[in-house]
Amino acid sequence: MTEWVPVLVVFVPFLAGVVQFMAGRRVIAWWPVLASVATVAVSLWLTFAVAAGGGIEHFMGGWQPPLGIALRADGLATVMILLTAVVGGLVSVYALEAHGTGDPRASHFWALWLMLWGSLNALFLSADLFNIYVTLELVTLAAIPLVLLAGPEKTVTAALRYLQFALFGSLLYLAGVALTYGLAGSLDLALVGPALTDGGITGAVAATCMVVGLLVKAAVFPFHVWLPAAHGGAPAAVSAILSALVVKAAVYLLLRLWTGPLAGLADGLVAQLMGALGAAAILYGSIQAFRQERLKLVVAYSTVAQLGYMLLFFPMAVAQAWEGAVYHGLSHGVAKAALFLAAGNVLVYLGHDRVRDLKGLDRSLSVSLLAFGIAGVSIMGLPPSGGFIAKWLLLRASLETGQWWWAVVLISGGLLAAAYIFRVLRYAFLQAPDRPPATTGPIPPPIMALPATLLALLAIALGFTAAPLLALLGGLPEGTG
Amino acid sequence: MTGIYEAMPLWVLMTSLVTALIIFTAGEPWHRLRPVINLVGASVKLALVGVMLWGVQLGHAFMVRIPLLPGLDIVLHADALTMLFVTLSAILWLATTIYAIAYLEHAPNRARFFGFFSLCVAATMGIASAGNLLTFFIFYEMLTLATWPLVVHRGVPKSMNAGRIYLQYTLGGGAVFLLGIALLYTLAGPSDFIAGGELLHLADEHAGALTLIFLLLVAGTGVKAALVPLHGWLPVAMAAPAPVSALLHAVAVVKAGAFGIVRIVYDVFGIELMALLDLGTPLAVIASVTIIYGSLLAIRQTDLKRRLAYSTVSQVSYITLGVALGSPLASIGGLVHLVHQGLTKITLFFCAGAYAETHGIHRIDELDGIGRRMPWTTAMLTLGALGMIGVPPLAGFVSKWYLGLGAVAAEQYWIIAVLLASTVLNAIYFLPLLHRAWFRPPRQGEADPGEAHPGLLGPTLFTGLAAVGTGLFAGFGWSPLAWVEVIVTREYTP
Repeated sequence: MTEWVPVLVVFVPFLAGVVQFMAGRRVIAWWPVLASVATVAVSLWLTFAVAAGGGIEHFMGGWQPPLGIALRADGLATVMILLTAVVGGLVSVYALEAHGTGDPRASHFWALWLMLWGSLNALFLSADLFNIYVTLELVTLAAIPLVLLAGPEKTVTAALRYLQFALFGSLLYLAGVALTYGLAGSLDLALVGPALTDGGITGAVAATCMVVGLLVKAAVFPFHVWLPAAHGGAPAAVSAILSALVVKAAVYLLLRLWTGPLAGLADGLVAQLMGALGAAAILYGSIQAFRQERLKLVVAYSTVAQLGYMLLFFPMAVAQAWEGAVYHGLSHGVAKAALFLAAGNVLVYLGHDRVRDLKGLDRSLSVSLLAFGIAGVSIMGLPPSGGFIAKWLLLRASLETGQWWWAVVLISGGLLAAAYIFRVLRYAFLQAPDRPPATTGPIPPPIMALPATLLALLAIALGFTAAPLLALLGGLPEGTG
Repeated sequence: MTGIYEAMPLWVLMTSLVTALIIFTAGEPWHRLRPVINLVGASVKLALVGVMLWGVQLGHAFMVRIPLLPGLDIVLHADALTMLFVTLSAILWLATTIYAIAYLEHAPNRARFFGFFSLCVAATMGIASAGNLLTFFIFYEMLTLATWPLVVHRGVPKSMNAGRIYLQYTLGGGAVFLLGIALLYTLAGPSDFIAGGELLHLADEHAGALTLIFLLLVAGTGVKAALVPLHGWLPVAMAAPAPVSALLHAVAVVKAGAFGIVRIVYDVFGIELMALLDLGTPLAVIASVTIIYGSLLAIRQTDLKRRLAYSTVSQVSYITLGVALGSPLASIGGLVHLVHQGLTKITLFFCAGAYAETHGIHRIDELDGIGRRMPWTTAMLTLGALGMIGVPPLAGFVSKWYLGLGAVAAEQYWIIAVLLASTVLNAIYFLPLLHRAWFRPPRQGEADPGEAHPGLLGPTLFTGLAAVGTGLFAGFGWSPLAWVEVIVTREYTP
């Protein structure tokens, strides 16, 4: 039975999304609830199964690779699916109120989101380069319409730019895959490594195409230009999903390829260059976040910065860096989702999210603001939080490999994050002269405030659950470093 | 499985943490019940601390270990040094809570205030009972975060500005500290606080690295301990409400820094290694500069709270000076000052708050004739000021006496000059206050008597008299002095 769980993890949300799409408005109101609960349940099932019995492999239709398609749930894939389940589940709760169920707009949201959920899980489980391409495209094609749900007139430019970059990234990646197939005659992640390593210039070009394509998709500096407008403009629930999960899927693939088929090619200079991109992202993204006038753009630029930390794995490439990078992905996922949902509540209540006009907010919106602050602790990498554990692991890795310059980047990044988080809190704590702020909306109900708070508390809880999660992740894949 | 009794440090920490969580969850509407929750929390904690004090006296071991990662544990323990700080903060938390309830009776956002206030105390407990550097760091940063909402509590641009400066200093210090810990773990692996430290064997090979680590760690803690030139945040943070200033400056923040320096010197590096690397003298010089410089700046202040703030900058460095000298007697003087300065300075801040709240007095030249209007409060101000100057037999004298003896024992005679200069400077900035309060006539139209609210006066009387008591009865078995002698004996006996 257990070998079927990966299939369920992919197809339960995907098919639920297809049903929602076909049925449109006629679908019963609790279909999204049922679908989300079922998806979270099978994801948890997979997690416990892998934690108890190790990795699971499923061959679709019983066909072994290279003929058939394999779904491979190893430690890395499983922690990402778990992250998706936790963030996706809580964002779904938020969306029940924010997007509702039953009307046409709501139907679009749920259809797209459930298909995106299934595609993400499929991406994490894919074990060959071409399936990765297909799932990557599915993720993109579901994500972009979601951005448009904020109202096409507001976000159409952002969505189109997102589309252009995403297609460019996919094309590059696909070119890399094609070259690899020419060299290796196979696309299985476990088989193409030697051919790429011995492939000379063609191998190098193939690897470069795949890596750069993924860097574009992951919005890594300097390919980040599409991200802030898209993530900042989308509805809060969508922003949370995009920032916490979708861009991370591309970074996940970078980690997966780098420690798998590309391990033989990973050259010291290239690795340092990847680290430099990460460092630039951390510094540039944080400074931009500090300068933004709109709350959601602050949070979006923060994503640009935070993704940079995961790239610091490449130059260090030791076990602690591996654990630190992945743990950073998990912590950032829950914390960033909390930040976006909290920002969404501000937007609902005030009707705007101008940072300078948040005055007096903490009296009326204290729960959401507290969630923002708590999630901010993890983003700043202060203890106790998941962000701190990740920072500590990366810090230790940098000192142990003697690359102290990354330690300086890590420490500065934390301080810069504190600057942009506290800038928001500072304005929100300012006392309004006498009256509460002029509002245009109602105070968001608990069903919208609680998911943000829970996600923020989870970011803190991750500060104490590193041991079991890192055990589930498993060590650095062999042959790396 | 750790026994329930053995895990006492965790329960003591929890009393404050749970109080904070209840207050946050209950929110603003529960304003009638909140003081009760607060006082129950503070009292339960005091009782638990009493039990723990008794246990430590009998030599029971208290230790909780929570693994975070392989080789990375949160360790809470209770040794004699822990108890010195824990007891002080437990007592002062109760006093300050009563004071704050009266002080903020009609202010807005009280749930937020008392929630973060309790969180601050929880963090202080964690700092006191931290059993390794990482645990210390975790609570050190938690203290920074929990204090910020208190500093900016008034929500006016001035306090927001103070909050920004406070964070720049403290988070910057925290970052430097983290780098120091990470380097130390890389060099020597994880280690618990242990008398004398475990680094001596590295002294020959890694002297440079150890000196760098010491510098980073002391810079990190020196920010909160307000060592010159890292003291800039403290006077600015005076924008906070009076109970916050009192707790911040007497117990939580500056003491956390000073306590950290004590731990680093005694339990991470150890006196022997300090001497070997010749780290004590530079630290003593920095402390001495801070003592003199803080006092000089205090003289120039016209605002009462700011003068007290600079006085804190100066006085807290006695603790650093005591541990830096590396002689047992100086250590006694430094450590006992942790308690003596705490009680004395909190009394002074309570008085300043009472003046501000009762008659709107903020500046020193407004103190004229206040002694007739608020005799009890002013009496406590007088005791506090004399104690700070070090008039025998008040508490400050005991600290200075031992510091002086220690300086002689360590043959560092210039310290005597520092102590004398500091005493003179203390007199210069405190005696005019007393002169104005008692001997100047009240200004016209301001002669109405009016003692502070009992909720403000009570805690002031309590801490003021406690400060006198610790000095007067310093020779008795249960005094802070006797307790400190035990600590120092353990530290210097291999």
